[in-house]
Amino acid sequence: MKILVPVKRVLDYNVKARVKSDQSGVDLANVKMAMNPFCEIAVEEAVRLKEKGLAEEIVAVSVGPTPAQETIRTALAMGADRGLLIQTDADPEPLAVAKMLKAVVEAEGPSLVIMGKQAIDGDNNAVGQMLAALLDWPQATFASKVELSAGSVRVTREVDGGLQTLELDLPAVVTADLRLNEPRYASLPNIMKAKKKTIDIKSPDDFGGLAVAHLTVKKVTEPPKRTAGVKVETAAELVSKLKTEAGVI
Amino acid sequence: MAFDAETRSQLLETIRRFVSERLRPIEAQVAEADAIPDEILDEMKALGLYGLSIPEAYGGLDLAMEDECLVAMELGRTSPAFRSAFGTNVGIGSQGLVMFGTEAQKARWLPRIATGEIVTSFALTEAEAGSDSAAVQTRARREGDVYVLDGAKRYITNANRAGLFTVMARTNPDAKGAAGVSAFLVPSDLPGLSIGKPEKKMGQQGAHICDVIFDGVRVPAENRLGAEGEGFKVAMQVLDRGRLHISAVCVGVAERLIADAVAYASERRQFGAAIASFQLIQAMIADSKTEALAARALTLETARQRDAGASVTLEASAAKLFASEMVGRVADRVVQIFGGAGYIADYGVERLYRDVRIFRIYEGTSQVQQLIVARETLKRGG
Repeated sequence: MKILVPVKRVLDYNVKARVKSDQSGVDLANVKMAMNPFCEIAVEEAVRLKEKGLAEEIVAVSVGPTPAQETIRTALAMGADRGLLIQTDADPEPLAVAKMLKAVVEAEGPSLVIMGKQAIDGDNNAVGQMLAALLDWPQATFASKVELSAGSVRVTREVDGGLQTLELDLPAVVTADLRLNEPRYASLPNIMKAKKKTIDIKSPDDFGGLAVAHLTVKKVTEPPKRTAGVKVETAAELVSKLKTEAGVI
Repeated sequence: MAFDAETRSQLLETIRRFVSERLRPIEAQVAEADAIPDEILDEMKALGLYGLSIPEAYGGLDLAMEDECLVAMELGRTSPAFRSAFGTNVGIGSQGLVMFGTEAQKARWLPRIATGEIVTSFALTEAEAGSDSAAVQTRARREGDVYVLDGAKRYITNANRAGLFTVMARTNPDAKGAAGVSAFLVPSDLPGLSIGKPEKKMGQQGAHICDVIFDGVRVPAENRLGAEGEGFKVAMQVLDRGRLHISAVCVGVAERLIADAVAYASERRQFGAAIASFQLIQAMIADSKTEALAARALTLETARQRDAGASVTLEASAAKLFASEMVGRVADRVVQIFGGAGYIADYGVERLYRDVRIFRIYEGTSQVQQLIVARETLKRGG
């Protein structure tokens, strides 16, 4: 079976995000970019399924600018077999991405789509759900365990207050949560081998085009700065401040 | 092979991440236990670090010298003991075989060296043959189709993990000095070969050096590396190459130390201000940074020349001399910037101060490098 893994190029999670001075978005000029951590987990899960002999081919797909090829290359170095970049300098909103991914699914015919539950830039947590809805496929989001068998997949989900286990018929969409696995470091020989794997470069028009945007970003602001704390002299003073000023006890 | 920019940056980025996420957090633990956890060694193997310099045909990465130096600089940003674990497979333990091995010898050993299944060691130094390395006394007597080895080697890095030694032994007792020495590939499981207890060292805990004792070890003649009497040539060419790698490690450790110093000096307040704002502290940072940049430039320029096919004996020795002395001075200044904290184990700086001391000694002392630089400069007429 074939697994499709959508991956997104985002600001490296180690880099402190800075807002552009005109508050139109996060400043991405000359900052380090990397694969979205949840996408990495999704790639890792797909590779593990392939290593167990449960999948034959892994296709990594990304929607983004030319450098997103590097992100796909990382997925190839981790173990994906080939890549597909839908190249666009626009920053398409979740529904537009989901619609193009639907067209990719129809062209590629995967039995399973594994993707990150959300990207750490927009934190929308939407594309996986939208894709499943557009395809009319079952979905299991926030996966912390994935067990694949012929014709179905059993997914343990992290939900508020506990775990939920779902059994889905294939084909299906699964989105990865943080504890699904710990992604490997691509080995140096595999980084070199990844150079020989193919990445097809396509345009949004090959997959139905960029859908009309429904959202406009009005303003992006930094979180409020933390104000300085207060030092107390005694435990009694602390308790009294917690009662009277903080009102927490 | 040389890389395109994208592959190189991906390679270095992977190593940078591995160093900061997996190695740096356990530096103190490794030093305390004097051991690198097996799990980490396995990860280093899986990453491909043991095969950096092994030809691609045998499963290695066959890095160009410049790329190997860039990798070594990244690995220098953590305890040098980690690099030492696979350092012999990249350098002195494998390169004799890569440079002088027959096709059959390479096919037999290199694939397992590249994966790290076999750890290699380089056995040249003896009690009476240190800088005077041509004074090797370990004997190799030919008996039919075997050589019988007798003698003892000293301070052999990774000896207690090694599966294969490159051993320099005297095949011709009548030829004094270098001429009578030959090189042998000696598997560690041959009868008569034993390993001493790991020495207690000043630094780099987690990396081990031991004596290796040969008591009538019968080595098949097919395991001789190069012709009889070529051993010293093998040893010198292997060491020549290793000098650039060591230089790069020195640059990496210096860069790490400078980053630690800047972080500390920016935070530590005295006289009502961060100590980084004081010019006497700034002078130490400026001197350290300038010297580290100079060592980086010399190392990479020499590596590029070597990749282009030039003979770099002089430059590689100059790089090793300068980079190892440089990192010693940087470590000393950084301890000074940390003040009392620099003398306390918890901050890690005193550990690196001890760790870097060996760089001025092994794979040719600073004094040996000076002799080589002088000799080659005189030969070239300037």
